[in-house]
This record gives sequence, C-alpha cells and structure tokens, in this order.
Amino acid sequence: MSFSAEGHHGLPRLLAGLEPDGSAISLAAHTRVHGPLPQVASHQLIEEVERSGLRGRGGADFPTARKLRAVAGRRRVAAVIVNGSETEPASAKDRLLLSRLPHLVLDGAVLAAGAVGARQVIVKVGEDAVGAITALQGAVSARDEAVSIDVVTAPGGYVAGEESAVVHYLNGGPELPTFVPPRPFERGYRGRPTLIQNPETLAQLALVARFGSRWYRELGTVADPGSALVTITGAVMAPGVYELAFGTAMSDLLAAAGGPSEPLQALLVGGYFGTWMEASRATSLRLAREDLRSVGCTLGSGVLIALGESSCGLHESARVIAYLAAQSAGQCGPCVYGLRAIADAVGALADGVAHPRERDRVLRWTSEVRGRGACHHPDGAVRFVESALEVFEDDIDAHRHGRCQAMPAGLPLAGAAVAGGRLR
Amino acid sequence: MSPRLRVNPITCEAHGLCAELLPELIRLDDWGYPILDESEVPPDLLGLARRAVDACPTLALLLEEDR
Repeated sequence: MSFSAEGHHGLPRLLAGLEPDGSAISLAAHTRVHGPLPQVASHQLIEEVERSGLRGRGGADFPTARKLRAVAGRRRVAAVIVNGSETEPASAKDRLLLSRLPHLVLDGAVLAAGAVGARQVIVKVGEDAVGAITALQGAVSARDEAVSIDVVTAPGGYVAGEESAVVHYLNGGPELPTFVPPRPFERGYRGRPTLIQNPETLAQLALVARFGSRWYRELGTVADPGSALVTITGAVMAPGVYELAFGTAMSDLLAAAGGPSEPLQALLVGGYFGTWMEASRATSLRLAREDLRSVGCTLGSGVLIALGESSCGLHESARVIAYLAAQSAGQCGPCVYGLRAIADAVGALADGVAHPRERDRVLRWTSEVRGRGACHHPDGAVRFVESALEVFEDDIDAHRHGRCQAMPAGLPLAGAAVAGGRLR
Repeated sequence: MSPRLRVNPITCEAHGLCAELLPELIRLDDWGYPILDESEVPPDLLGLARRAVDACPTLALLLEEDR
C-alpha cells in the first residue's frame, strides 16, 4: 500500500489540530491539518493497521486489527460504535478528542465502518460531556457520509463504559453489563456484528490510514509503536491531557505536565483499575507495556496520577475503593458484597481501627472476587486494592499507632475532574 | 477439551445447592456465592456436575460441553 500523503514528523500527531481558543476544529481546518479522508480498500486498511501495531486505547489494550478482522469476517452487515463513555473519573482524553477534534475521531469511525462493512456509526457519550456532544453534532452535520452517524448520550456511571453495557443500552436496555458470550463482534448493536472502539483508537486509525504504518512507527518502541494520549493529574504543576510517544521516560511524562508540585511518594498508573507504584521505581521506567508490566502495571485508559509526600496513599485508596464499590452495577453477588466488604476493611485499615490481620483477610477476598463478575469491574477494583496494600503497607501499621498527619489529596472521584484538559 | 462449568454471576442468587451437590469443584465465598477453583470437569464427576446444573434454581450454573 502506498501513501500519497506525507505525515509530518514528531509530535503532536493527534493533537495537531487543536485550536488555541479551545473551540472545536472545523472540517476545513481539519482537512488542512491532516489532508482529506483517504480511499482505502477494506483488507488494505486492516493489513496496514495490523502492521502499525495499533492497540485499543480504552484500557483493554486489544490489537485493533484483530478486532476489525473479527467483525469484518462475519456475514451480516456490521455496526460501529464509538465508545466515548469515558467513565474513568480521572481521564479526560476522550472528551478532549470529541469536543475539540471530532473530525479525526469520525474519520476513524467512517474508515473502520468501511473496513468491517458497516453502514451505521453510533457515537456514545456521557450526557454530562456537553462540549463533546455539541462538537460532535456540529461535525456530523458538516460531513457528507455514505454511512449514517448518530450521537447517543447516556447517564453513565463507572461501569457504563464497559462494552457489553454500551451495547445493552443502545439496544434499549439499562446501561449495565451483560453476561457474555455473545460478544459484541458476534451479536451486538441490534444483533449485528459490532465493532466497539475507543475514540483515541479511531483517531490513531485515521492517521494510520492516511500516512501508513511506517510513519506510525516513527515514534514509540517496537512493541509499543506510536503516540498515546495520557491524562496526567494529581501532584503536578499543570494537570492535563498530553500526547507523548511510547517509550518516553516516566520522568519526562511528569515534566510534560509541568513537573511534580512537591516530592512524590507514589504514582497511580492506569486510573482506578490501575496500580500504585512507588515513585522511586518510576524513574527507571518508560511509557511502554513491557516496562509497566515489570512492576505489575498497565497503562489502562492512559491515566497517570501523582501522589505527593504530603498525602496519605492509604486514605486516598480507601476513598477510591469505597467509590468503586458504590459504582458496582449491583448485578453480581461477588462484586456487590465482595467490594463492599473490601472497601469497609480498607477504610478500617486507613482509620487505624482494624485488626492487625485484616490486611490478610482483604487479600483473600481480593483473590476470591477476581474474575467472578459478568464484567471486569471487580477485577479492576481488586487489582487497585492489592497494589495499594502493597505500596502503602508500612502506612497500615503507622495508622494503627495514629501517626498519619497527611492532608487529603482529593483524588478525583466523579467525572470531569480534570478541568477541560489543560494543554501545553 | 473436557466440559467446563461456568456461573452466570448476574442470575446467581447464592442458593448454594451447587456447592452441596458438587463440593469437589465448587465452594462458597463468605457471602454464599459459588467459587469454581477448577472449571474443568473430570469424567468421573460429570454426572454430579449435570445434577448440580439441573438443581440450580436460577439456572445460573452452566456446563459447557463442547466449545
């Protein structure tokens, strides 16, 4: 496959079209920045995406080409869902893309629809993402597409962004996960084979379709090519959404957000389904799956939260797990009762009123709860708790003796916490 | 591949009959919900596994025989 367009080198890529005044980019300006939507044959696009090594940016890290191929291989006419739910409280990247760069996401959705044989694109966003809804509606009406594009809003909640919950809701059901299989690629929206992708994944796909996999791989590492949007927040000078190349050192990630606002004790990588890491271990790591895996982390939906020395990781973690327990869809016993018990116990550990062996009991519960929900909500929640109990283990004893004098760090617990995604 | 047991966690209401009928493969957590430590059913337990599946009042226990 040859590419007539020449991609520009270096960063920014996705964020190249950001208007300085904060408005949504027009179709004309978008075309000036990235060039027109390319005409690509279905199999060529899928092969090029495969060569690029692009993986889903919604948290599951799944190879995008495999997902495209699974849907394209079904006989029935497919559907494409852009999953812009972004229910991770600390994440702001999808709202940034949808509200400021909607055409790049829609380009990716239209290209993906062509690749899998879909005539319908549904963009699902949280009803509180007003900027994204307005920008998407404007962008859709400015385009002339062979496929229909509908913007659908939903009330949301932490588990509402889960794939099966999105399909369930769009099919007229409650916004709750369902028991799988069937998976969406088998039977999804209105029974059709359905491709569900995160907005950033589709925006990246739109660039791969234009400039090719070789260009895409100019940035990043061999295993993790390209760039990523990372929401960096917590104890940094300039919290916001930043586009960085994979392979960037963690210290450079923090520097991109203005650097730490105080000495750091830990980093939460991957959001609330992610894992805590001691800040001292982070300096030797890069933004790459292999590096993160070596300390038991994944990038998840691209959230990095810095915890300063003045804060208490145990108290913050207790707040987060209480939040996650309350966000259970309430459908599966192990998630409802397990997470509630775990949250209460971690709260008691943080308050210094727990039995010394309570930590062991929590760890038994976390291992028992894992994998026993219809969706992955309990899995993510227990991963978070296990890392908290490991990284802040010394604090548990300190709290029993009443020595914690930390200030609340106030980790974001509801949507839109990073105000509009401040940018470089 | 040997048959596998699966629980539909949404329909399961912790009646606990499965653990009574098939303690070899199923135990209950602190809230009475089944834990399958090993989902593969060995041939000698297949009959008991089918009985447990049939006994579940909410049809939440599933035996997936060929996949």
